[in-house]
Amino acid sequence: MSEAASVAAAPARRRLASFSLAALPVLALLLLVLVSLGTGRYPVPLGDVFSLLLAKAFGLASSVDPTAQTVVLQVRLPRVLGALLVGAGLAAAGATYQGLFRNPLVSPDILGVSAGSSLGAVLGIVLTLPAAAIQGLAFAGGLGAVSIVYGVGIAVRRRGASDPVLTLVLAGVAVGALLGAGIALLKVLADPYNQLPAITFWLLGSLASVNRGDLGAILPAMLIGLIPLVLLRWRVNLMSLGDEEARALGVETRVIRPVLVAAATLVTAAAVSVTGVIGWVGLIVPHVARLLVGPDFRRLLPASLLLGAGYLTAVDLLARTVATIEVPLGILTALVGAPFSLWLLATAKRGWA
Amino acid sequence: MLELQDLAFGYGARTVGSGVSLTLPPGETLCLLGPNGGGKTTLFKTMLGLLPPLHGRILLDGTDLSALPRREVAQHIAYVPQAHAAFFPFRVREVVLMGRASRLSAFASPGPADQAAAERALATLGIGHLSDRIYTEISGGERQLALIARALVGEPRLLVMDEPTASLDFGNQARVLGQVRRLSGRGIAVVLSTHDPGHAFLCADRVALLHAGRLAGLGPPGETVTPETLRLLYGVEVAVVPLPGEGRAVCAPVLP
Repeated sequence: MSEAASVAAAPARRRLASFSLAALPVLALLLLVLVSLGTGRYPVPLGDVFSLLLAKAFGLASSVDPTAQTVVLQVRLPRVLGALLVGAGLAAAGATYQGLFRNPLVSPDILGVSAGSSLGAVLGIVLTLPAAAIQGLAFAGGLGAVSIVYGVGIAVRRRGASDPVLTLVLAGVAVGALLGAGIALLKVLADPYNQLPAITFWLLGSLASVNRGDLGAILPAMLIGLIPLVLLRWRVNLMSLGDEEARALGVETRVIRPVLVAAATLVTAAAVSVTGVIGWVGLIVPHVARLLVGPDFRRLLPASLLLGAGYLTAVDLLARTVATIEVPLGILTALVGAPFSLWLLATAKRGWA
Repeated sequence: MLELQDLAFGYGARTVGSGVSLTLPPGETLCLLGPNGGGKTTLFKTMLGLLPPLHGRILLDGTDLSALPRREVAQHIAYVPQAHAAFFPFRVREVVLMGRASRLSAFASPGPADQAAAERALATLGIGHLSDRIYTEISGGERQLALIARALVGEPRLLVMDEPTASLDFGNQARVLGQVRRLSGRGIAVVLSTHDPGHAFLCADRVALLHAGRLAGLGPPGETVTPETLRLLYGVEVAVVPLPGEGRAVCAPVLP
């Protein structure tokens, strides 16, 4: 091939390479979903799962055994979709917060969204409210906590504090401690035989009770939250330079920061409201994504979404198969995530960023 | 182009400096000299519109700076901070690309034309070969040049550079000052601060002396940078030794 021709062919080859780079993780995730739908106490062969999903997608009748159909479509599908949605959401929110707060050790909990959601859910459990009301309280609690933190941050800044990001983080720590005290108080007051176990399980997170109604309830909030993240994906890079430099480069940080915080909070609160607190996903997945595709948020966001969805689906698969009882997700995400992050810490050549 | 009228600047209730008036024509290089804590950085932040003036006003082509949206200010005035370590390992190309933010609408991402502009800016500064390197892994001098490229890629008319030669070695200082000289040749005005009064002779059309928050002098380097003014500014004896031929001088402290 002549030199000119090989130069002309280079962009096409690069496009092909980047396409296959993007296609592989998507295919891997689809395979994981199929395995996840087929695995459990009532195993369904992969081929059956696949033909069943295809038939359903095109509105055709399926020849697969009706029991298997019920298990896959009614029992496992909502749960797997929940894992995909919640994992993707938590990871995207984590990546956003890490960019905004210029710190790779920040998780979506930094502004108190988990603590607020927990207080709302625990209150709902103590008051023996129905499940939907508990979810609503958790959602409202998460949003409320972050609103308070943001309000405190703005009030403090008016009085002369210069670094808006540091002010927010400190306000988040303080409000989080207050909410933690509230949760502890409610645990002491709760009925130790029925309510306390429910509270404990909620605080460890689970996808076991996720149903279609839950998915329908959180999907709008998640999508509304993800839209600004997608639209402002390049601006997140600029926000990671810090408030002053971003403004000097022409970014209206006073508009964009609250929009991004609200979006990431909405996604997190919606996720946490149906599953309870699931730690580690929002912290560790963006990290791994950054090691794979670099810090540019235009690639980091899709990578975090895919990895988060895959990670939580895999962990949930473990949670319901590894032992005879279900293992709470919060235990497994840490049990799998912590050693993995230590391994990364020891082997990553570009350090912990 | 940029006009400071009886400007007082500072943080909230704390006034750092006041009574500063000066006009900056297009293409002029103005060197700001002053001791540590003299208010240079605060003045720069105010000139960039990042801090509101406490008194007086700043006019950009006759329009009050504080009335303009951030994006419009950034299209005209670019900021070159001191070479810093970024928090995330962006590639040099990605860092330079961020300078296009003022030319793109809020939801837009940079396209091929912006990419090309970034590569051109890197080539202009002679660091095109660094395009693919990780910003946090290149040297301080290279970072400073990359930050100048980031400022230039937004096609500004004024560059505000906060101590662009700080923490650079001798060769990199000369390289950065050489780029500053070239900018004024392209009609871009530059305001820079430095700790070496000799730099004023190397690249500046005019020198402004900032002492205790007030302008203690403003004029061409040959008239403004003298042993007397430097003693006032820094509190030490300084010898200003003219170099033969070029109308330049070196400044060296005289140790007691």
